[in-house]
Amino acid sequence: MHAMLDISTLHYLVLGAALFLLGVIGVLTRRNVVIVLMSIELILNAVNLNLVAFSRYWQSVHGGLSALQGQVFAIFIITDAAAEAAIGLGILIAFFRNKETVNVDEVDLLKW
Amino acid sequence: MNSSLAANPPVATPFFFYLLAAVMIVGGILVITRKNAVHSALALITTLLAQAGLYLMLYAPFVAGVQIILYAGGIMVLFLFVIMLINIERTMKERQFNKQWLVGIVAAGALGGLLIAAYTTTTGGRTLFPLGRQSYVDGDNTQRIAMLLFDNRFGTYMFAFEIASLLLLVAIIGAVVMAKKRI
Amino acid sequence: MNAIIDYIQSYLRTKDVTPGGDGNIFWATVYILLVFVGLSVAVIAMNWLERKILAHMQVRLGPMRVGPHGLLQPIADAIKLLLKEDIIPAEADALVFWVAPFIVVLAAFTVFVVVPFGPEHAITDMNIGILFMLGVSSLSVLGIVTAGWASNSHYPLIGALRSSAQMVSYEVAMGLAVVSAIMMTSLGEKGGTLSMIGIVESQYQQQEWFLFKFFPLGVIAFGIFAIAMVAETNRAPFDLPEAESELTAGFHTEYSGFRWSLFFLAEYSAMIAVSSIAVTLWLGGWLRPFPNALSGPTWELAFSLVPGLAFVFLAAMCFYNTARMPKHPLFRIQTMGLAGFGALLGLIGIVLFLPGVRERVQDVFWFAAKVAAFMYLYIWYRGTFPRYRFDQLMRVGWKVLLPIGLGLLICTGLWVMRVEVWHEVIVPAWLGCIGLLRRIF
Repeated sequence: MHAMLDISTLHYLVLGAALFLLGVIGVLTRRNVVIVLMSIELILNAVNLNLVAFSRYWQSVHGGLSALQGQVFAIFIITDAAAEAAIGLGILIAFFRNKETVNVDEVDLLKW
Repeated sequence: MNSSLAANPPVATPFFFYLLAAVMIVGGILVITRKNAVHSALALITTLLAQAGLYLMLYAPFVAGVQIILYAGGIMVLFLFVIMLINIERTMKERQFNKQWLVGIVAAGALGGLLIAAYTTTTGGRTLFPLGRQSYVDGDNTQRIAMLLFDNRFGTYMFAFEIASLLLLVAIIGAVVMAKKRI
Repeated sequence: MNAIIDYIQSYLRTKDVTPGGDGNIFWATVYILLVFVGLSVAVIAMNWLERKILAHMQVRLGPMRVGPHGLLQPIADAIKLLLKEDIIPAEADALVFWVAPFIVVLAAFTVFVVVPFGPEHAITDMNIGILFMLGVSSLSVLGIVTAGWASNSHYPLIGALRSSAQMVSYEVAMGLAVVSAIMMTSLGEKGGTLSMIGIVESQYQQQEWFLFKFFPLGVIAFGIFAIAMVAETNRAPFDLPEAESELTAGFHTEYSGFRWSLFFLAEYSAMIAVSSIAVTLWLGGWLRPFPNALSGPTWELAFSLVPGLAFVFLAAMCFYNTARMPKHPLFRIQTMGLAGFGALLGLIGIVLFLPGVRERVQDVFWFAAKVAAFMYLYIWYRGTFPRYRFDQLMRVGWKVLLPIGLGLLICTGLWVMRVEVWHEVIVPAWLGCIGLLRRIF
């Protein structure tokens, strides 16, 4: 019980792993493309949480400026996620205009 | 303003951690199980905001601010716009999970087992990350991130920064080209 | 009772950081409640003031019946809104319909956690204060989008899309203006900072409001922010998405009664919040006029009498209007009410003259006075300017404010870095911006 109350890096890593698993389940099992994209955002968030938790661990154990690399990486990932969400949704709109469906398993023809 | 950790010790850390963690997990489950895409988007927004709270607990206020501005205030607005523009009334009555859902859950379970094995491994009697109270961290987080980005002694993050802005430009042009009816 | 007063006095005497910075949950909660109550009073007062000032600008009287000079009108409005029937459109998503106003109110109220009313009079002072304010105020876009979608009707949907597109566009211009103000903080002793209290302290150390710094860059940054903040809060002249003659009240068409009052509350709170940002960044926050130039005990005394004088002046106006009330038996209650209100204001003024209270209330008073000036500007804009059409609105946001903001950012950055050749770079950069504008127009 005392180990559960003392919040350490491992707690954040386990939380990140749980979110990652939820995102992976979302990507692999849902039909709606928008929800698949949202699950991808969940995955990216889990990764960010891991990075920032490790950055904090490094700061507390070693100190110094280079410990903030985790946070810088997290900021770059957030930027990247924005770009990828924009492109993904653009593709979705272009596709929806042609085929009027947002289900991934109806996108099964190379040419029609 | 930059009080040391000894002067203002963190207040009720386990309570807030478990609260925010519960909000995130529940939000994540709601994202992947809701029929209505708008409900999923709202659940994802709460997950992102709880994540920003966790960043604050990890003494990363700048990343928390960036998360709120970009993720919750930008990307989710984009998602909601697109959900509103495409007519998904029909999809709410259809089947929600695809044909390979069992395989998907088995794969995720295998991944989960791998992660659990990684986190509980003990090599030479030591656990992966020793549990214990983390010590004092000083300084102005934003300034130090800026120094890390711009100072050549610590890394060439400046190049990555410029490439990131170029990436965003490409994303903007790509999204406009994709979504336009006639180019 | 004495123990309570002693406890309060001991806390006020020994504190030098905000309650949040101290980790003091009790006093942080007290401050949160104070801010909450203050905001509610401010929104109620804004309701009355808006109707009266608009009316007087349009050469009519405004509400006069409900209380003396319509002073009880906001209370009557509140009672009506609370007692109205709660209508949810058919086939509207009930959960999202219910949640949407709360998102907007949440975003509008959470911003006040970092607003600095004084050197230690903020709920907390985050290191990333201004970033937090910009981020949380952009969460209200989510509430507007979900409100429009959940109403399951055309006009709210189009209104929500237009409103959110407008807000997102002007957030960019706001961000650029804010960044150029933040760059000016790096010239102070403590270096650059994003915390709201740090920004005002920086203006105090540099002995100059950022409005007048690097003339004309400060003024232009302030101008960009002032225009963008009016568009951000969907107020005239940028209120196409919620104008009644255009889209029948836009995204809050289907909301009635209590839910509409939540949107109304959120809109006015957002106005006060962005005005607080403008006051903190450019107008010196809680600093009284000329804190460095006119210092010394006599000037301190002179300036500390101003709050009391302001309230006594308001009381005098109330008594003057009481004397001008019609002398008819049916007006007796209203006359007594107005005299009572004047007496209340006079009492507050006299309390503000007491030496103990005078110094403590200085910071909050000057901050509130500057924000009140901004509120008056908001009402003035509404009564003066015609409405922008939506494509004109977007054009102004992207093609006018954004280039000016970028040029401003570059020029401010060069000036802050004390680039030696600034006078050879600034003028061409400026001419470049002006040329761009000419080409656009």
